[in-house]
Amino acid sequence: MNLTKRRARLAAATVAAITAVGGLAACGNDDDNTSTDGGKPAKLVVDTFGEMGYDELVKQYEQQTGIKVELRKTAQLGEYRPKLVRYLATGKGAADVTALEEGILNEFKANPRNWVDLNPLIDSGITDDYLPWKWELGKAPDGRLIGLPTDVGSLAVCYRKDLFEQAGLPTERDQVAALWPDWNGYHEAGKKYKQATGKAFVDSITAVSNGVLFQQGSDLFYDKENNIIADSSPAVKNAWETATSMVDISAKASTWSAEWNGGFKQGTFATTFCPSWMLGIVQDNSGAENKGKWDVAAVPGGGGNWGGSWLAVPEQSKHQKEAAKLAEFLTNATSQVEAFKAKGPLPTNLEALKNEEFLSYTNEYFSNAPTGKIFGESVAKIEPVHLGPKHQAVKENAYEPALRAFENGQADKNKAWEQFTKDAATQGAF
Amino acid sequence: MSLSATTAPPSPAPPPSETPPRRRGSLLNRLDMKYSPYLYIAPFFVIFGVFSLYPMVRTAWMSLHDWDMIGEKEFIGLDNYTALLSDDYFWNALGNTFGIFALSTIPQLLLALFLANLLNRSMLRAKTFFRMAIFVPNVVSVAAVAIVFGMLFQRDFGLFNWLLSTVGVDAIDWRNQTWSSWTAIATMVNWRWTGYNTLILLAGMQAIPKDLYEAAAIDGASQWRQFWQITLPMLKPTFLFVVILSTIGGMQLFTEPLLFANGSVIGGNQREYQTLAMYMFEKGIYNLSTAGYGAAVAWAIFMIIVLVSLVNFLLVRRSAK
Repeated sequence: MNLTKRRARLAAATVAAITAVGGLAACGNDDDNTSTDGGKPAKLVVDTFGEMGYDELVKQYEQQTGIKVELRKTAQLGEYRPKLVRYLATGKGAADVTALEEGILNEFKANPRNWVDLNPLIDSGITDDYLPWKWELGKAPDGRLIGLPTDVGSLAVCYRKDLFEQAGLPTERDQVAALWPDWNGYHEAGKKYKQATGKAFVDSITAVSNGVLFQQGSDLFYDKENNIIADSSPAVKNAWETATSMVDISAKASTWSAEWNGGFKQGTFATTFCPSWMLGIVQDNSGAENKGKWDVAAVPGGGGNWGGSWLAVPEQSKHQKEAAKLAEFLTNATSQVEAFKAKGPLPTNLEALKNEEFLSYTNEYFSNAPTGKIFGESVAKIEPVHLGPKHQAVKENAYEPALRAFENGQADKNKAWEQFTKDAATQGAF
Repeated sequence: MSLSATTAPPSPAPPPSETPPRRRGSLLNRLDMKYSPYLYIAPFFVIFGVFSLYPMVRTAWMSLHDWDMIGEKEFIGLDNYTALLSDDYFWNALGNTFGIFALSTIPQLLLALFLANLLNRSMLRAKTFFRMAIFVPNVVSVAAVAIVFGMLFQRDFGLFNWLLSTVGVDAIDWRNQTWSSWTAIATMVNWRWTGYNTLILLAGMQAIPKDLYEAAAIDGASQWRQFWQITLPMLKPTFLFVVILSTIGGMQLFTEPLLFANGSVIGGNQREYQTLAMYMFEKGIYNLSTAGYGAAVAWAIFMIIVLVSLVNFLLVRRSAK
């Protein structure tokens, strides 16, 4: 009796230990999108950040093909990137179709083997369908095509009509644009506004700097050979000088901060820089009570680009061919127009840019501004910029903190510049 | 009971024919006696090995490489550690970590000691209610705490600045000075952990024999004297435990400052409140190509915790003698 009881206990313990170990092993095993018949996947996963406007499109695709599509959205790029890094580093977890933003694209391009070469998988006829520079940027140094173009940021100014009126400034978008043919004009308008109302004109000098940085069409923190040139780049210096000069009209509310989010409702600033994808964010932050108070005008200095993405297929995807098809669908002309109407990302497909529906689109929230026309026209003026491998890190962790340190009076201009160049060297190394 | 047990008739001897299977049985029996205890404790060690030991060893291995998270790896020996010693931002992060640690741990433990002593009083009413209530902040998720406090400490529309403005103090930009950012972060930590430490100290206090106090009271010692002469010395082991726990937590401080910085890994425009753990994250995870260096920072944190815990241990033990 005694013996059998012990033996039973031993057996139980063994079973327990085996389950513990086996359970752990099972955890590491996650191929939930196993193939059904003949390699056709049961499910494809799409990873996006921000608002890319794919909700409806994904449903359409499901109906057309019978393949289930799971859309995983992450609100901010800052949270999205670490996740993506983890997927790539561990070799599992990545979506079949993954959105890459221009700031992080180059960093991932540096290790192109993580991505599928899309060239053989897509219809070769679409090569010329997109803005040529945008298409080129989707290629890795070794010639593989790793990304299909989704949107460009383009750039405009969002301004508060009601606040402009109070300050005695013009409110019609053409007249407003005429206030600032260049950045000096913008500064002057800001000073007038500040004098009349005592309030800040622009959200932050980093926002100004973003505008200037990306409209010059020249190398920023890196040259074409990816040498870091942060301390000598004329474009960076120019943006730095323009931005620092506007500290007197700034609300010192840096983009994405709580002060910035709250500032939209409180009217702490009257203008902000709006890439096309920013419109939805301005709308959400300002709330329904401010509907019709915002409007959209051209940016000082004309043109410019901030943001924009590509769709890529990670090498670890088990359904590369199908994933490429889905990416192709999401970036075709019709889909891009749909996405624009849904959430505002600006098309890169030439046909979409000429689409009547796109060009005649007006945004109700922004005083019926013809955003399709405004942004569509500005696309032609975008000067493609080469962003180096660690562009995002240099901008986020060296350039903008230094600008803010100056803006908040923590460092004078020289000290701040020193801080930037010192940090840029570490952040930019790769 | 024991008597009846001994007087019970002995079990009949097994018939000799059963001997061969019995021998096999006794072998199993011996194996069982010898090895099954290891089996019983195995689940812990398996889990420890998989989730603690392996990552530590692997991190050590990574720290000896120039390790690109999604690319090439190259063995470079101790270069990462040498670089670490002359890295300003590492020392800056170390200073910040200790600064915030001091600002949060010292007031927190003093307050916890005070509260535990209060809750230990026999005349207190609704004891259980207070004991439960004091623990509640610890149950709230760190992220929620950090987000809410982040809002309270806003520059333009924050509650604290509004309160200060009612007494005529100008709005403070909490995130832009070292002292103010440290205070804000320490406040979050204190709010969350004071109750937890209070409960542990309280448990320690209740383990102190009551007769000591009675004897002291008969000898005419005041409450205050009793606290200093009996409670504190007897509480040393518990106190040591609490201090070491706080040290480990304080050295690994991450979520509060990260969310306070609105997600920026560098913690402030001039890294005013970037902690060691944030620096590790910046180098090891944010920056793809310096994962090896990040691993070195991780090991540095580990060694610092061991060192500080040891110092704590020695200090508290010496003064206990």
